Amino acid sequence: MPRSPTTMAAIRRLQPGRLTVIGTVLAVVAGSFAYAGGWLSPDRISPERVVNALSARGGNPVGHRRNHSKGICFTGQFEANGAGAGLSTASVLAAGRYPVTGRFAIATGDPAAPDASGRVRSMAIRIAAPNGQEWRSGMNNIPVFPVATVEAFYEQVLAARALPATGKPDPEALRAFAARHPEAAAFNQWARTAPWTTSFAEESYNSLNAFRFIDAAGLRRSVRWSMRATLPQAASSQEALARLGPDALEQDLETRLQAGPLRWHLVVTIAGPDDPTEDATRAWPADREQVDVGTLIVERAQDEATGPCRDINYDPLVLPTGIEPSADPILLARSPAYANSFTRREAEQGRAATGMAKPGDRS
Amino acid sequence: MNARSDRFTPLQRGLHWLMAAMILAMLFIGVGMVSTVSPRYWQLVSIHKPLGISLLLLVLIRLWQRWRHGAPPLPEDLPWWQRAAALASHVALYALMLAMPLIGWAMLSAAGYPIVLYGPLRLPPVLPQDAGLYTLLHRAHAALAYLLFLVILLHLGAALFHALIRRDGVLQSMAPWIRRPAA
Repeated sequence: MPRSPTTMAAIRRLQPGRLTVIGTVLAVVAGSFAYAGGWLSPDRISPERVVNALSARGGNPVGHRRNHSKGICFTGQFEANGAGAGLSTASVLAAGRYPVTGRFAIATGDPAAPDASGRVRSMAIRIAAPNGQEWRSGMNNIPVFPVATVEAFYEQVLAARALPATGKPDPEALRAFAARHPEAAAFNQWARTAPWTTSFAEESYNSLNAFRFIDAAGLRRSVRWSMRATLPQAASSQEALARLGPDALEQDLETRLQAGPLRWHLVVTIAGPDDPTEDATRAWPADREQVDVGTLIVERAQDEATGPCRDINYDPLVLPTGIEPSADPILLARSPAYANSFTRREAEQGRAATGMAKPGDRS
Repeated sequence: MNARSDRFTPLQRGLHWLMAAMILAMLFIGVGMVSTVSPRYWQLVSIHKPLGISLLLLVLIRLWQRWRHGAPPLPEDLPWWQRAAALASHVALYALMLAMPLIGWAMLSAAGYPIVLYGPLRLPPVLPQDAGLYTLLHRAHAALAYLLFLVILLHLGAALFHALIRRDGVLQSMAPWIRRPAA
């Protein structure tokens, strides 16, 4: 049916060509926004996906950190001896005493896991300077990290997901991961052969990732650091730790602190010119220059549920002026992943016990 | 109508276009940084905070300029509902421009993060550390960011509607260098 002249005039008044221009402009802007937000790239590894995968390794981590989920808070001091001030202008490295809020944990996705199930142990610290600057660091008792990239880390976490039938990871998936990732060999060697101890206090904890220290002249040096135990390591075994009970490490820490403070030395290792600073799977040669910059004095321990570390995100990129992150992709991915885990558990506070939330819930 | 009343002042126009670029950058950076674990995250988050605080300062100047100089009147033949939509969307834009950086600042405070701007420059916390407050503010920051993006799309669509369909000089009050096309 032919359109009447009045209809044609109405259509012309609407100016479809110009409306199309407006629609196109808006669609391009909205589409670019969707692209930036990752909605058009479902394969992008988002913090959400990493933390979802970390949340599915058995147990119920709701209300808790999604990795290193079982831990205990501590408070104490960092006594800087001033030796670090020549390497970095960070205020917490100038000679003096600074308050520390920290946390010991085992690497698990299950906040109720028995201590003997955690091969890897960690120490997280927040050192506060009077000028409001902070140094947060999460360190592990392993010499190297198992993987060098976020993609490999994500793959590893997926392989470690608990099967609904057994509550344990699929051994085939773990084997397949190991076969595809020879870079994990050094870590695996450590996991097989390093002695188990029955105390957080007998372990040394390493930054693993590299950072840059900037001195007063603006010179940047690549560094890694370690909290070196001052107690000798009494080699034990996984079975012996299991016999001591599911919370043996926390009980040991509390018992030791009743007798007096525990100490670690913060030792900074300076990279050689060709040492890898973007690959945490590779150790640096043992003869690199090391500087003892101060002593961590751990004075008191507190249950995590009510302790001062509960609501701290030990984001390793919270750094004082004078310390910068390296370009290590694992280090730079820790920050967004920790932030996602932090945001979830803060939202879940108080409802963890009620069963209202599930580990995979968005928040 | 004199030249002054059918255009925004040069300072208002400058602030508008500068902030338009900055706000779009903020929204794209924000939505990008929360969805990536790539090394870009650190660069994006390091830009997001100082850029947000700069926008807070700029919106204060802008509100003061708006209060001092007002805005050119809308065309008299504009239908009442478009007039209402213009008013509502501008109130929403000003409110969101002011609220977003304040909520971001408060959110970082409630999370117990140091609020690093640049180098040693840090802002003091404006709230005590609190899980409930952090959760509320984090959700508000995200939801209002999407709302702000939607209002900006609406604003852009309306500006183009005035420029291309109505051809009534409303776009030229903010962009006087654009020639007004013949009807």
